[in-house]
Amino acid sequence: MLLELRNVVAGYDGGDVLKGVNLPVLEGSITCIVGPNGAGKSTVLRAVSGLLRPRVGEILFEGRNIAGMSPRHVLELGIAQVPQNHSLFNDMTVRENVRLGAFLLNDHAQVNRALAYVEDLFPIVRERAHDKAGSLSGGQQRLVEFARCLMLNPKLILLDEPSMGLDPRTLKAVFDTISVMHASGRTILLVEQNVKTGLGAASHGVVMESGRVRLIGTSGEILHHPEIGRLYLGGALAGA
Amino acid sequence: MTDSMAKLLKVGSLLLLLVLALLFPFIAGNSTYVTIAIFAFGFAAAATGWNVFSGYTGYIALGHAAYYGIGGYTLAILCQHWHIAGGWIPFLLVPLAGLVAAVFSVPLGAIALRTRRHTFVVVTIATFFILQLMSYNLRGLTNGSSGIDFPLITDWGINIPGISFADFYVLPFYYVALALTLVALAVSWFVRNSKFGLGLLAIRDDEDRALGLGVRTGPSKLFAFVISAFFAGAAGALLSYYIGGVQPTFTFDALFDVAIALMVFFGGIGTLAGPILGALVLESVQKYSATVFTQGGGGVYLIIYGALFLVVVLLLPQGVIPSLSILWNKYVLRRIEPTDAAEDTSAGTPGAGPVGDRLPRVNEGASA
Repeated sequence: MLLELRNVVAGYDGGDVLKGVNLPVLEGSITCIVGPNGAGKSTVLRAVSGLLRPRVGEILFEGRNIAGMSPRHVLELGIAQVPQNHSLFNDMTVRENVRLGAFLLNDHAQVNRALAYVEDLFPIVRERAHDKAGSLSGGQQRLVEFARCLMLNPKLILLDEPSMGLDPRTLKAVFDTISVMHASGRTILLVEQNVKTGLGAASHGVVMESGRVRLIGTSGEILHHPEIGRLYLGGALAGA
Repeated sequence: MTDSMAKLLKVGSLLLLLVLALLFPFIAGNSTYVTIAIFAFGFAAAATGWNVFSGYTGYIALGHAAYYGIGGYTLAILCQHWHIAGGWIPFLLVPLAGLVAAVFSVPLGAIALRTRRHTFVVVTIATFFILQLMSYNLRGLTNGSSGIDFPLITDWGINIPGISFADFYVLPFYYVALALTLVALAVSWFVRNSKFGLGLLAIRDDEDRALGLGVRTGPSKLFAFVISAFFAGAAGALLSYYIGGVQPTFTFDALFDVAIALMVFFGGIGTLAGPILGALVLESVQKYSATVFTQGGGGVYLIIYGALFLVVVLLLPQGVIPSLSILWNKYVLRRIEPTDAAEDTSAGTPGAGPVGDRLPRVNEGASA
């Protein structure tokens, strides 16, 4: 087990969003969290990445409790996040954006090696290096975000709704990239509204509702679970 | 134009500007113009420093008059207590005055930076008023509302044939102001091109996102704030020395904050050259109008300021430098495009040129 959330309670000023989340993420898996709006999917990622401090519970990464650690410390441990919406700095160049992914590194040679690696994987980073990130299309921005998150060679990548705002062709390209990142030995924890696309790309699935985990299984089991349709049509899972 | 030619042209233009700046007092041939230039460069240094913080982080600080005042008072108090005669020595203490302002800015900045955006602006204004009030009330140190006079300069120890003492008087101030501006510009350039500067720009765009990428947002902002306070303090020390004294009302002057903010916005916030251009234009306009339009309480410059701003807001809304840069890029693109279109005729052929040779990689198809 690479990551495990144990009874995590966390939220914002308005109250708890996560109400005792228990969630395992196996090493080498693509785990996809699905659920309706307000289920707390993105909040799980914010709690893991250190942007939100849990009120109760443990977040174990490689057996070590990282709950409440600063985002910088979490990054140092090997967890990188690609946030929801377009998270590039629009007024900076593509290269500056990607370099920010290695902000923790002080060794220039190491940064340049990481940059060369992601430029080979994502040629757009080299081709549009000096263009403003804001001038890229939505799909291209997603790829640059992925490139940025690989700069620290993370063990675990947190992806928050990577399909948001993309057309079907671009969506396919983005999910192909997720497969490439996974194939290079990384574990991926993915949050998706698009159940079919998300679970289709994942090895494991988690269904959340109202701040709690309702179902856990392989992606196939989750995708074909009879309750999924009801949940998305406004009902609640049996036993909720 | 090739990249190396463009770079050469840029370096050549900068060198030409530097030579012009060095020769300006002799070209101007009038100490009034040199006096205007002293203020313009003093403000250019302060505005460039202010831009390192406010331009790069997006936090608009409107209390730097406090550090300008601390710099001025520090130099005046040091000259008084150490019985320093008028002349060259006070110039050597200008960096020390800047350092004292920087030291003051550490706790004040740390408090102000606990807040964001509008609250931050209000807190910085408040720190200015507190320090102005202190300069009135710490009479034992500041001499209250009477202020402190700097020692008179009666002799520079240098006699150049053909140049009178009155004409020579302004030269040391001019060159120190120019040097201070160049140092501020070098620091601004270094910050902009460093990892630290990249972090500041990330904070400007989205502080929480910057935090998520591992930027130490708190210490970064504070360090930039301290740098900006140093230059405000050094400028305050130099210009106060030139004016000949410090006094709470005009050494701690709220209009200083408005002036440097306007200068930076005018030239282009977050740019390297923008603050200097803004200061050179606006401060020169102010001082020149004050010498030409002697009637009306010296407020004519405000009308000229207003007219200039209308022109900039209407025609160059992002400030002079960024707007001109955009216009130039559009002009270059227009000149390049017809050539590109002619070259693109082979692009559709599979295997032709670099596009066809490219291996399938992960940016294919992501064009939405």
